[in-house]
Amino acid sequence: MEPMSRLNHTPLHALHLSLGARMVPFAGYEMPVQYPEGVLKEHLHTRSAAGLFDVSHMGQVIIRPKSGRVADAALALERLVPVDVLGLAEGRQRYGLFTNPEGGILDDLMIANRGDHLFLVVNAACKEADFAHLKDGLGDSCDVTLLDDRALVALQGPRAEAVLCELWADVASMRFMDVAEADLHDVTCIISRSGYTGEDGFEISIPATSAVDVTQRLLEHPDVLAIGLGARDSLRLEAGLCLYGNDIDTGTTPVEAALEWAIQKSRRAGGERAGGFPGADRILAELAGGTRRRRVGLKPEGRAPVRGGAKLFADANGAVPVGSVTSGGFGPSVDCPIAMGYVDAAHAENGTQIFAEVRGKYLPVTVSALPFVKQTYKR
Amino acid sequence: MLKFTEEHEWLKVEDGVATVGITEHAAGQLGDLVFVELPEAGATFAKGDSAATVESVKAASDVYCPLDGEIIEVNQAIVDDPSLVNSDPQGAAWFFKLKLADPRSADGLLDEAAYKELVG
Repeated sequence: MEPMSRLNHTPLHALHLSLGARMVPFAGYEMPVQYPEGVLKEHLHTRSAAGLFDVSHMGQVIIRPKSGRVADAALALERLVPVDVLGLAEGRQRYGLFTNPEGGILDDLMIANRGDHLFLVVNAACKEADFAHLKDGLGDSCDVTLLDDRALVALQGPRAEAVLCELWADVASMRFMDVAEADLHDVTCIISRSGYTGEDGFEISIPATSAVDVTQRLLEHPDVLAIGLGARDSLRLEAGLCLYGNDIDTGTTPVEAALEWAIQKSRRAGGERAGGFPGADRILAELAGGTRRRRVGLKPEGRAPVRGGAKLFADANGAVPVGSVTSGGFGPSVDCPIAMGYVDAAHAENGTQIFAEVRGKYLPVTVSALPFVKQTYKR
Repeated sequence: MLKFTEEHEWLKVEDGVATVGITEHAAGQLGDLVFVELPEAGATFAKGDSAATVESVKAASDVYCPLDGEIIEVNQAIVDDPSLVNSDPQGAAWFFKLKLADPRSADGLLDEAAYKELVG
């Protein structure tokens, strides 16, 4: 474990301590894993009211085209992601993936069209590598800036819209994946209607110097509770969302990871801008012909959680291996254990019964549709 | 009088039988428990063997057998409702009763004052 003294702090570090957070090392940062309420209550509060998450450790990147035309930045970025960036309208955001020449996933990210530039949010552990990858891959057409003077908070849950409306009424007109600029308490913020919990909600990029002020005022609302990384993980698992480094990595392709929905028609075979991204040969072939293994949802039949790393078998005595679990735990909203993992294609159909090895026993698990909870995005 | 281990189990010894659970400190550190797996009555364990498993939303943890002995009874109530371990760890949420191989072996464990010093 990294010594806490060498870890980075987000602009909200002191606020977490004042709220009684238990801090842990995460991706080079000292982050709150839970507050005194505990993971279970924090999780359920996010699903029933609104949870506030500090995600300032994530990387915020601006890609500014030297020509002034955002289309030039979009076309340059399309050389690195199998995503339709050119077709992304101003004020809209889309999920994307950086791929490598073997078709593996370098990182997953959000891409927003902000009119005269692109705004990216990337994972904390990958942000330095992503920045170098962008500088390298975009050539001279764009200026790339990794912002180190902004905080990022996520407000998630069914009460998020009502809470944020008290600061900025226009938020109600935003749809899922809209991005807008707005003043919250006279601080200019960038707000997107998105998140990573399966709930309706917002991510708010705030200048670091004003981060505590804006966050504290959000927390003053009786519907809002500060939520740690523990509940963030169980919420995203219930929502069937991948955690980079667990469920996707350089050894998994978008099609293996069941993320082909993130590859729009224009970038697929026969599309206007088909291919042209790292690993296109393999990824386009997999889109057409399928893969040997797939990411699936898994529901253990008993009460015992099946954790990441557990091996999966076709039979109850562990003779025929078929894959492994990449994320697993307990889903507080569904009140049962849930997991995700990779299985051979022959066992990937919903309803297939397989077995997970837990402490030397083989427990029955059923391949299940993702997500485990109903998404409530305002489309 | 209660005895304690450095691995955060408590024991109440009566007539050579130890009632064993996890301490309030351990329950607090683990957070909200959602699953408990207990040994079977009749199983024998050596001191330090993993005898039970507790799982929170986030992670699984072992509960170690504090001394050599045989399990003679387990507490089904905490299997049915793992949250009992969080609400009453040193009372209703005992884990198992252990018939000690050596009835005097508990003498060497920590007393309450020494355990409190250990966990601060």
